[in-house]
Amino acid sequence: MKEERDYIQDINEMRSMMERSSKFLSLSGWAGIMAGIYALAGAWIAHAVLGFNPDALLYHSPGFSNVALLAMGVLVLAFFTAIYFSGQKARKRGEKIWNHTSRRLLMSMMVPLAAGGLLVLVLISKGLTGLVAPLTLLFYGLALYNAGFYTIREVKIMGIIQIVLGITSVWFIEHSLLIWAIGFGVIHILYGIYMHYRYER
Amino acid sequence: MKLSIDDLHKVFESRVRLGIMSALAVNDELDFTSLKEYLDVTDGNLATHLKKLETEEFIGVEKSFIDNKPNTKYYMTEAGRKAFEAHLNVLEQIIKSQK
Repeated sequence: MKEERDYIQDINEMRSMMERSSKFLSLSGWAGIMAGIYALAGAWIAHAVLGFNPDALLYHSPGFSNVALLAMGVLVLAFFTAIYFSGQKARKRGEKIWNHTSRRLLMSMMVPLAAGGLLVLVLISKGLTGLVAPLTLLFYGLALYNAGFYTIREVKIMGIIQIVLGITSVWFIEHSLLIWAIGFGVIHILYGIYMHYRYER
Repeated sequence: MKLSIDDLHKVFESRVRLGIMSALAVNDELDFTSLKEYLDVTDGNLATHLKKLETEEFIGVEKSFIDNKPNTKYYMTEAGRKAFEAHLNVLEQIIKSQK
């Protein structure tokens, strides 16, 4: 006959299994902090070095192709940093980084990000460059909100913040680069610090 | 009502089977590899437990091929969900009665 402690152990293991098999929990706080730093650096370079300061929906910037390259660079760097730190964390937890939950997490972000990315490309080709910063925030926020179903809940809150910032920056288009820096830079860093203290210590 | 240990379904005595059912309770379907990763058991061990749950008709199996490799997916049946919930209720009552 089993003892009572056994049943409590049973329940603990069931709870842990339900969580581990439905949520990807190896997202790293450091990845957020680093992504935020890249974004702040990128926004500063775009503003100060490349003279990219959109103040209207139809905005023409002579160095726009450089801004686009810079943005791609920031994105790629942030992506690989996230994979690197999450991989480390997963290894520590004895999990694989590419598993059922991480696949689902990525897929849930892919649809809003691909839609947003294509839309931004169309807008650029129509000269509506002023909408690029607001819409990347908005669609990134939608992707995060979706991702929040498959990882820790706090990601959903970050998603809502990015959505609000995205819409706000359409209204204040002359400050859109600054708001973009707050969303992708400051919010990522704050989230990363929170994650680090809450889950990694 | 007096609760006896017999109320606990025999099927759920094994931690591995309990684990399989927990994972399938929160996922529409899972393949063999994913289950193996979560449970940290050998292929043979997992296969035996899955077979047992399958004969009880608590889980269903869906076989397909991806890139010519067999891919087996498992899902919880309606009967499985009911049994799992009943098992949870029994656990809850045992723990309450022993407090």
